[in-house]
Amino acid sequence: MTREKKLYLSAKGVTKIFGLGRQKTLAVDNVDIDLYEGEVVSIVGESGSGKTTLSKILLGLISQTEGEIFFQGVKRDINSHAKKREYWKNIQAIFQDPFSSYNIFNKIDTVLLDCINMRGGRYFPREKKIEMMTEACSFVNLKFEELTNKYPFELSGGQMQRLMIARIFLLQPKILLADEPTSMIDACSRATILDELMHLRKEIGMTIIFITHDIGLAYYVSDKVYIMEKGRFVESGSADEVILTPRHDYTKRLLSDVPKIHEEWDLSTV
Amino acid sequence: MKHTLQQIFRSPNFVVGFSIFAVIILTVLIYPMLIPDPPLKIIAQGTFFEPGIYVNTYDTFSAPAYTLKLEGADSKRIASKLNDEDRLAMQKWLVGFGIPENEIDIQNTEALLDLWNTNFDPSKRFQGMTNADRNYYIRLNNSVQGLLSTAPAIIAATDETTGGLVETDRVQQSDYINVSQVSNVRILPLGTDNFGRDVLTELVAATRVSLMIGFVAGFVATLIGLVLGLVSGYVGGWVDDGIMFITNIFTVIPSFVLLILISFSIGQDKRGAFTIATVIGFTSWVWTARAVRSQVISLRNRDHVNLSKLSGHSIFYIIVNDILPYIASYVVMAFILQISSGILAEAGLSILGLGPRTTEVPTLGLMMNWAMIYQAHILGKWWAYFPVIITIALIAFSMNLMNTGMDQVFNPALRD
Repeated sequence: MTREKKLYLSAKGVTKIFGLGRQKTLAVDNVDIDLYEGEVVSIVGESGSGKTTLSKILLGLISQTEGEIFFQGVKRDINSHAKKREYWKNIQAIFQDPFSSYNIFNKIDTVLLDCINMRGGRYFPREKKIEMMTEACSFVNLKFEELTNKYPFELSGGQMQRLMIARIFLLQPKILLADEPTSMIDACSRATILDELMHLRKEIGMTIIFITHDIGLAYYVSDKVYIMEKGRFVESGSADEVILTPRHDYTKRLLSDVPKIHEEWDLSTV
Repeated sequence: MKHTLQQIFRSPNFVVGFSIFAVIILTVLIYPMLIPDPPLKIIAQGTFFEPGIYVNTYDTFSAPAYTLKLEGADSKRIASKLNDEDRLAMQKWLVGFGIPENEIDIQNTEALLDLWNTNFDPSKRFQGMTNADRNYYIRLNNSVQGLLSTAPAIIAATDETTGGLVETDRVQQSDYINVSQVSNVRILPLGTDNFGRDVLTELVAATRVSLMIGFVAGFVATLIGLVLGLVSGYVGGWVDDGIMFITNIFTVIPSFVLLILISFSIGQDKRGAFTIATVIGFTSWVWTARAVRSQVISLRNRDHVNLSKLSGHSIFYIIVNDILPYIASYVVMAFILQISSGILAEAGLSILGLGPRTTEVPTLGLMMNWAMIYQAHILGKWWAYFPVIITIALIAFSMNLMNTGMDQVFNPALRD
């Protein structure tokens, strides 16, 4: 790694506080994070550790209480609709629950057409749009002819999540925030979806941030791992470093919670 | 669209509600074509004529007479002419004569007349019977004998030269006329009201006007509530604070008091049905706004809204496409509730004399008001108010059924 990588997205001292007075909750506490071009980064933590809040701040869906976010070295400015739109051409997301990610009143075509429109394809001829949608669907092993004029809720959870990846294929963002994309999916589809995601990353060369509670998954996919506990990063480093030689107690606990198939389970501690 | 309609008409709730509502609407539309009388025309001299078929007596004389020999016709006639007071007086005399009270059935006309004819003696006197009483019983006996007579009634006309009466026709007790041959017959299925107006004609017109008031009031209230709720719920921040401040002010002032004050200040002359409807709408949007706002707040952080934002859609597009469809069934329900509450608010205003001015159109509220002022409920004139209540109930019932049916279709997750 001699060539210096380009810094895409970085956060400095980001803090998010929900509520006021006594009901104040510190969701994200003074977090710094740097994302370089082409990296796969995992943020691992248990439920309520602030992972999703941090991802929404990075996406610009909610604003941080304190701290700054820099995009490509410049302070992020998303104060108007046009600027937000421009920002979201570069950063996109896949959400945890595929069943609630789609507007149930819109057909699948609408979801994909929105992406083409966003990439400036609003006035493409109809044939070209269909060709693009077919290509995106076949990338994730879906058949566009079978999906057209259907509603998202007519698909299975795995198919919906693959459609989400097809969406990313059409949008070609620089950064993808995947917020537990496989946690609601059965184990068989999980590997397929991860493979498709990694394949897509190779194809369009994007940076991926994985938000997950599954430290095994993080080890499987990522270059760099951040361990998050109660709103702050307790440990970070390359995946091998953090997972093979954990230093923090919380990381050790997360690792010990991973069920091991080769060993017999010790039920005495349960 | 076609699919949605098929789904709607497969729901039994909707079909029942729609049928009731369609019957009401069709009646309102077709009835005025069949009977084009102005609804507020006074046709009866006198108040509260009972429901029934009214046959012109004068025309019956010129209609051809038919003779029918029917069993029991005489006793029916006598029974209808012998009123309760006479029956009680006959019973009193018979008890005085010495017949045990429990043997006299005053409702059985034939048995009573038999007892009377065999026992009555004008010369009999009992203890405590005054002369006036005795004369009264003699008169009663004469009228009873008159009822039993089989002589025809004579129709006479005044002779203009002599000034005397000249017999023109005789009506036998067994004479009948065919109602279809009488030139003037008026059916009053719900009788007349206190002013002598046909209640059914009035009710149909009133239903039309009240539905219009309900729809306009519901539309105004739902529109204001929906727009304010959507904007304040989705945009949030100081916009939300500002709108909620106004909403809270309207919440703490009872809307009915506000309604009374506004109606009163408009003045009797300017209060048309449309004005009243708009005023009702302007005072009842508060709960719709609050409910829509809380629904929107729970929706605005859902993933599908976030996804729509990430797809670069504008606030307006997101509100219309990603928020509105999710609360559509709720808005329809609120709209239906607003319609029925609009109809009820109009009734409440009318009872206080603050409803639409009374000279142009009837409304369901005004009909209830008239029935109440002229004490129809105390006098037992059920036809003046009961059909009105039934109509209001049917409108509300049918709309709620339609709403339940539509809810299953608007919300695809509820589809089976």
